[in-house]
Amino acid sequence: MLSVLLTTHHSLLTKNNPLSASQITFYIISAFILGSGLLAVTTRKIFRSAIWLLFSLIGIAALYFWMDLEFIAAVQIIVYVGGIVVLIIFSIFLTQKAGNEMPLPVRKRKVFAILAVLIGFVLSYTLISQYNFQPEGTQPLNAGVSNIGTQMLSTSQHGYALPFEVVSILLLAAMIGCIVIAAPFKPLSAKQNSTELNGTTAINNNDELKKVLEDLGETLHE
Amino acid sequence: MSEIPLTHILFVSTALFFIGMYGLFTRRNMITMLMSIELILNSVNINFVAFNKYLYSDQLNGVFFTIFIIAIAAAEAAVGIAIIINLYRGHHSIDVEDAGEMKY
Repeated sequence: MLSVLLTTHHSLLTKNNPLSASQITFYIISAFILGSGLLAVTTRKIFRSAIWLLFSLIGIAALYFWMDLEFIAAVQIIVYVGGIVVLIIFSIFLTQKAGNEMPLPVRKRKVFAILAVLIGFVLSYTLISQYNFQPEGTQPLNAGVSNIGTQMLSTSQHGYALPFEVVSILLLAAMIGCIVIAAPFKPLSAKQNSTELNGTTAINNNDELKKVLEDLGETLHE
Repeated sequence: MSEIPLTHILFVSTALFFIGMYGLFTRRNMITMLMSIELILNSVNINFVAFNKYLYSDQLNGVFFTIFIIAIAAAEAAVGIAIIINLYRGHHSIDVEDAGEMKY
């Protein structure tokens, strides 16, 4: 494995041409992604961990920009950086004291985790570097928004209309599920002891909420 | 752009996958474990986009898979955080070792 790595580096060095700007950009972006990713899983303060994750995700968006896929990069920034990381930071503030350090992992677990990860990485990368990838596309990739949108909603053979609908149902189900799971907790005994009127109104409210949400989803669909 | 071989991009995504794996193995806090899962999903996205760009450039299937994975990851993160907050109400801790039972 090491020899494989060394030979790739050797071939890079012996080509004797200076790195172009695009290559340098790629190596800077990948070092940024991997460095901030590594810090995100090793730092002991949870809030810093979330911020390093944010930087790693921005680096991945930069990698998509580098590959000329502007739409995917925009989606990455909007959904991950603007949505998921903000959600994670809010949940950290709800559940944790952000200044506290997390306990160090048990030494034995850490050693075996490093060992397992290194072996897995070496095995995978050896397979990848020895596989002979054959490009099959002849023309350059055209990932414009109009192309993506046309194929996304087309019902012909290579269209993605059905997965699109399934994903929208999934998002609706996730939304309802989040509301049901994170709704204020009512202990079972309290519900039994309370008067029947209160109990039924609570259930009715819940049902009405679900109905309203479903109607909202259907109108969004149409 | 074409001077970078595909294996170098795959190196980045493989390394990112195993960094996420390391976080999943060593962390015991549920929010940080969720963050590791996000890293793993992102490494898969890089793979899909790179294969689409380098090997099958006259199709768009990798791009669509990336979009769907991003949508599913958003739903997964939202449900995961709802579960974590619900668990915090009952256990006052989001350490996986403290969550021995789901119903109490």
